[in-house]
Amino acid sequence: MRINGAQAVLESLKQEGVDVIFGYPGGVVLPLYDEIYKMKFPHILVRHEQGAALAADGYARATGEVGVCLSTSGPGCTNLVTGIATAYMDSIPLVCFTGQVATSVIGKDSFQEADICGITTPITKHNYLVKRPEDLLRTIKEAFFIARTGRPGPVVVDIATDVFRAEMDFDYPEEVHLKGYSGLFKGEECAIDAAVEALLQAKRPLAFVGGGVTLADEAEDLRAVIKKAGIPVCSTLMGLGCVDPDTEAYLGMAGMHGSYAANMAITGCDLLIGIGVRFDDRVTGVVKEFAPEAKIVHFDIDAAELNKNVRVDYPVLGDLNWSLPRFAKKLAACGVDLPARFASWREKIAAMHASHPFSYQKRNGVIMPQQVIETAARLSGDDTIFVTDVGQHQMWAAQFCPVSAPRHFLTSGGLGTMGYGLPAAIGAKIGRPKQKVVLFTGDGSIMMNCQEMATAADNGVDVKIVVLHNHLLGMVAQWQRMFYEHHYSQSQLHGHTDLVKLAEAMGVAGVHVEKPEDLEKALSDALSREGAVLIDVMVPEDADVLPMVPGGKRLDEMILEQEAAK
Amino acid sequence: MRKFLLAILVDNKPGVLTHVAGLISRRAFNIESINAGYTEEESVTRINIVVSVDSEWELEQVKHQLSKLIDVVKIVNLTEVDNITRELVLIKVRATAEARADLINIVNIFRAKIVDVSKENVVIELTGEESKINAICEVLSEYEIVEIARTGAIALSRGPVPVKQMQEN
Ligand SMILES: Cc1ncc(C[n+]2csc(CCOP(=O)(O)OP(=O)(O)O)c2C)c(N)n1
Repeated sequence: MRINGAQAVLESLKQEGVDVIFGYPGGVVLPLYDEIYKMKFPHILVRHEQGAALAADGYARATGEVGVCLSTSGPGCTNLVTGIATAYMDSIPLVCFTGQVATSVIGKDSFQEADICGITTPITKHNYLVKRPEDLLRTIKEAFFIARTGRPGPVVVDIATDVFRAEMDFDYPEEVHLKGYSGLFKGEECAIDAAVEALLQAKRPLAFVGGGVTLADEAEDLRAVIKKAGIPVCSTLMGLGCVDPDTEAYLGMAGMHGSYAANMAITGCDLLIGIGVRFDDRVTGVVKEFAPEAKIVHFDIDAAELNKNVRVDYPVLGDLNWSLPRFAKKLAACGVDLPARFASWREKIAAMHASHPFSYQKRNGVIMPQQVIETAARLSGDDTIFVTDVGQHQMWAAQFCPVSAPRHFLTSGGLGTMGYGLPAAIGAKIGRPKQKVVLFTGDGSIMMNCQEMATAADNGVDVKIVVLHNHLLGMVAQWQRMFYEHHYSQSQLHGHTDLVKLAEAMGVAGVHVEKPEDLEKALSDALSREGAVLIDVMVPEDADVLPMVPGGKRLDEMILEQEAAK
Repeated sequence: MRKFLLAILVDNKPGVLTHVAGLISRRAFNIESINAGYTEEESVTRINIVVSVDSEWELEQVKHQLSKLIDVVKIVNLTEVDNITRELVLIKVRATAEARADLINIVNIFRAKIVDVSKENVVIELTGEESKINAICEVLSEYEIVEIARTGAIALSRGPVPVKQMQEN
């Protein structure tokens, strides 16, 4: 049967198991939108294309499936860029379809022409411009394959508008043939043996886990490894949820705002086992002095990550699906009772964490932001997906939300994209409708994509939006307080914005909370109510995220909560 | 700083040069030269880059990052194997009556060729290793050089094994 290119795109999406597109229409994609209309293809109309890319990202993080977004050419696709870069930095599988001007006028500065492939080359795993109808199906097949295999990432498929109209047979390829990419990343057995041997030689080993574990859906094997090794473990921001927070000697997040014990353990360990991490500067502090006493083992799928930021002594290249089960098996077979061997080190570190937990001082008459997170997390229940925006509230959420499973804490880690939260929460809820979705955001971040409240309301997407309203770009203000002599340059938000009214104007219920005694009830009412709700919680302006490793310092040179309180 | 010549075999698809160039710029790699051309296989383009790096780690980064590009089929560091490296240069020099004899002399010494002559200038062609090309440019700088076009280095390994059958190194 002959169908047109637009139909072929949608049929391809069905073949790939895509159950929703996040998008926004415009001139060159009208043929595709006409088929979406006729086929009733599930589509969520966002209110800004950045929202489409970020919603697709939230969907992908919550489900592990490829997120799909769609925009028109020119301004439509340039609006996707921040979302694409966000997904790229955190290795999130997306396929972003963009319409392009007709083949005959590409390169002529035609109306709404932008070279989105050129623009997104540095922020995509791969991209394609489809100019010939005969390339369309193969390209879509490859795009999904590339996005979801190996180290995942966003792929842009830019389609010239005449391709949507071209007639073709629908003959979707079964397989992908790429000369330079197989999607398989098996390593060498001896690398795992070397890692086992290193652990057997170690006296003070520490595991350090990251988002790669979530991407590979390898939390279970990771937990088996930790159990068999009996070693303390800390996480990156992206790794939260991979380790059960109730695990003995689990130290929570490490790094700039990481726990005291995590940072001290990194500084004092003699073997650091990094698993699916990329040693980002927010987690290493001054990189030359990172884990100064340790040999480093690094499990990763991406050869370019090994030795990129820190020198690795025992690289274990390969898909974690391949390496972690083997590592677990070999530890079980090594004939040594490792948990017994490491007991005193593990207990020492666990005690250190117990005496220096993440903490804050409550104050009379005001609601502390950390308190909001703790309360909301407690009231939300176990299977809740927490989503954050970017700023202080993000770090407090990372510190005070007990995240019990992977894909339950969605945050823009690598790019730190303000405005991420609301669209990502919408995408997550659409992908996981049975789970509760709670967003922690700030009065700065929420405004960056507040238009998506309309998307939530109009599509009946039940997200709970908790705003830690400090009348500031809090994280900026914290740095200005600490390092710029309290010069609050352009970081204050003492305007007239009424977030409750804003929510209500778009069809989202709004609740205002100011008094500590009202917090519990307001949150529990809002969280148990049907439909999207914005809970606007007033918090003080002068709270700091602590501990903190100032830029250019070693991880053990933290400013601590206890000291700052004096 | 050390220089290495990498032979990169890529799938000959639209956008592949953008991807390679984009990566070099994004990762801030130091590239001395880059060139590309068809090969014995229609679907494969060969890109030759000369990269200068401070350390072995940096070289590894360049190779690994380039390898990650979907269109890149293979990368071989030809500097590490027995190889023949060549570059071609065309140099247009002002050739006044009194300079002409000198120029011909220089061309002969370098085993270069004069490939175009006009009233005011000559165009000299030379193929060789980079050091030889640099040397002729240096000598000719005594005269009035109008313009220079260099290809950047290309290389093949010695012996029968082509890059496409070599181990990535
Ligand atoms: C798009 C974007 N612009 C600027 C920044 C820099 N930035 C990081 S945190 C922050 C302040 C965030 O303020 P808010 O959302 O109110 O959260 P708070 O820190 O107050 O909790 C800013 C401006 C950013 N991360 N993203």
